[in-house]
Amino acid sequence: MSAALLAGRGLGHGYAGRPVLARVDLALAAGELGVVVGPNGAGKTTLVRILSGVLGAETGTVELLGRPLASLSRREIARALAVIPQDFGVPFPFRVRELVAMGRAPHLGPLGRETEADRACVRACLERVGLSEFAEREFATLSGGEKQRVALARAYAQQTGLLLLDEPTAHMDLGHRLHAFENLRAFIAERPAERAVLVVTHDLVLAARFADSVWLLDGGRVAAEGRPETVLTPERIGEVYSVDAEVSHDSGGQLVIVARRSRIRYPASADESHR
Amino acid sequence: MTAPRAAAPLGRTLVGLTLLALAAAGISLAFGSAREPTAEILLEIRLPRVVIAALVGAGLATAGALLQALLRNPLADPYILGISGGAALGGIAALALGWSLGVGAFTVPVFAFAGALGATGLLYTIAAAGGRAPGYSLLLTGVVFNAFASSVIVFLTTVVDVGRLAGIFLWLIGSIRLVEPWLIGMVAALLAAGLAVGIHAAYALNLLTLGDEMAQHLGVDVVRVRRRILLATALMIGASVAVSGLVGFVGLVVPHLLRLVIGSDHRLLVPASALLGAAFLMLADTLARTLLQPTELPVGALTALMGGPLFLWLLRRDLARLGA
Repeated sequence: MSAALLAGRGLGHGYAGRPVLARVDLALAAGELGVVVGPNGAGKTTLVRILSGVLGAETGTVELLGRPLASLSRREIARALAVIPQDFGVPFPFRVRELVAMGRAPHLGPLGRETEADRACVRACLERVGLSEFAEREFATLSGGEKQRVALARAYAQQTGLLLLDEPTAHMDLGHRLHAFENLRAFIAERPAERAVLVVTHDLVLAARFADSVWLLDGGRVAAEGRPETVLTPERIGEVYSVDAEVSHDSGGQLVIVARRSRIRYPASADESHR
Repeated sequence: MTAPRAAAPLGRTLVGLTLLALAAAGISLAFGSAREPTAEILLEIRLPRVVIAALVGAGLATAGALLQALLRNPLADPYILGISGGAALGGIAALALGWSLGVGAFTVPVFAFAGALGATGLLYTIAAAGGRAPGYSLLLTGVVFNAFASSVIVFLTTVVDVGRLAGIFLWLIGSIRLVEPWLIGMVAALLAAGLAVGIHAAYALNLLTLGDEMAQHLGVDVVRVRRRILLATALMIGASVAVSGLVGFVGLVVPHLLRLVIGSDHRLLVPASALLGAAFLMLADTLARTLLQPTELPVGALTALMGGPLFLWLLRRDLARLGA
């Protein structure tokens, strides 16, 4: 494998003594679109926070572009790695354009003076997610999916080689979700030697379709990793998500994942008493 | 809040607000208890008073704008959060107990600043314990701290000799009064320092409104910016309270009005708050002086009369929006 742009080794963390991540290894190579999947509470968001350096791991190390993350300033990190956290609120009335322009922050001086080049970059990024018409709209008036497109535009505006995205398409409709992933693919294809994307998602179908590598997290550990077709097997999906799953290939060779029936039963004892 | 706003160019907005502040200063100079003021009255009584009102208004409004961004809470205000109360407690304690600690005439302002800093630190400790979304716990902390500070102040008034009581009551209901020129100079210097820090950090504050972690993702050294802003606001609030006592709600009203008109970019909002705050308090003080002639109203009572209902309205709207 070529040198990893982003790598975590032996990552472990716990909240209040309860372990949420243990011995996680992850390396994202240049040109790669990696996807992290796993059920609720598997440790995905904790992993994103550790990989982006806003949470210090209890064990293990993170390397960004071959350098220890802990040795880099926030500004150095922000010039190499753009992050979309799972949830972000904006308590004040900002316009869409203003929020996307904040992606330029790591490249600006302390007073945040933007040049014409910065403004052009913001326009291009709005265009990329189809929000040019929304530039002057107030963020709070947008729908959930539109807000996520703003977040994507801001991440693109950072002009980093790496994107680290925590459920960036969760509120998007089918078309926009697909378009967002196609966009990520195109982003990498523009400069495959220096770009890579890591996405956390619950959408196994898109993961299977777009990912070069999949990390399946379960209970804070990597249950499986590798090519989508080797990781996303019916048995493994069934076990991790408690579903009856079917995996097949369509005529175009794409992986098709269908969850037939949930096996989640709670409370387990109450279920027994009905019989 | 959702109404479309015209783009507000920095230069033109600030020039407009400067003209507004100058007009307010003119009005403030022109009206007073003397119908035909002599040059002496104008220069030695009204002018210093107008200057003090402008400084205090600018300081409180700027501190309000900075705190709102830092705490991600549009309802933050030096008075509501108890920071002014902390400053008043510090100043009154020094006044009542006759402390000097070798800083002589600077004692009261120094203690006011220490009180403001202490209240800010307490507030932030509570907010930090609340995790990423401090929300209303902050306002509650301010209310409780205000009640606590008030009771300590009341206790101090019972042990202090009667001769000092009048001075203490002037603090409790904020009012603009004549103070020694050196104190005006000191307030101006502290305010300028606080404003400079605020303007320098304004862009980082934009990013901080997205949350501490998002700001870090965008390259902000959050701990450093937070420390600077807290120090700057404590400076400005301490200085304002040291000359005027507890003038409330200026820090709430002014940035809020501005957000409606010019939006939330703090690069514009912070200097604009200073200018509009100055204009606001000069006009409010003119009203306080002239409304019930020959009696003079404390300007703090006037700002609370305007600010209290506005605060409740904002709170209600906020709760309605959150569906709480």
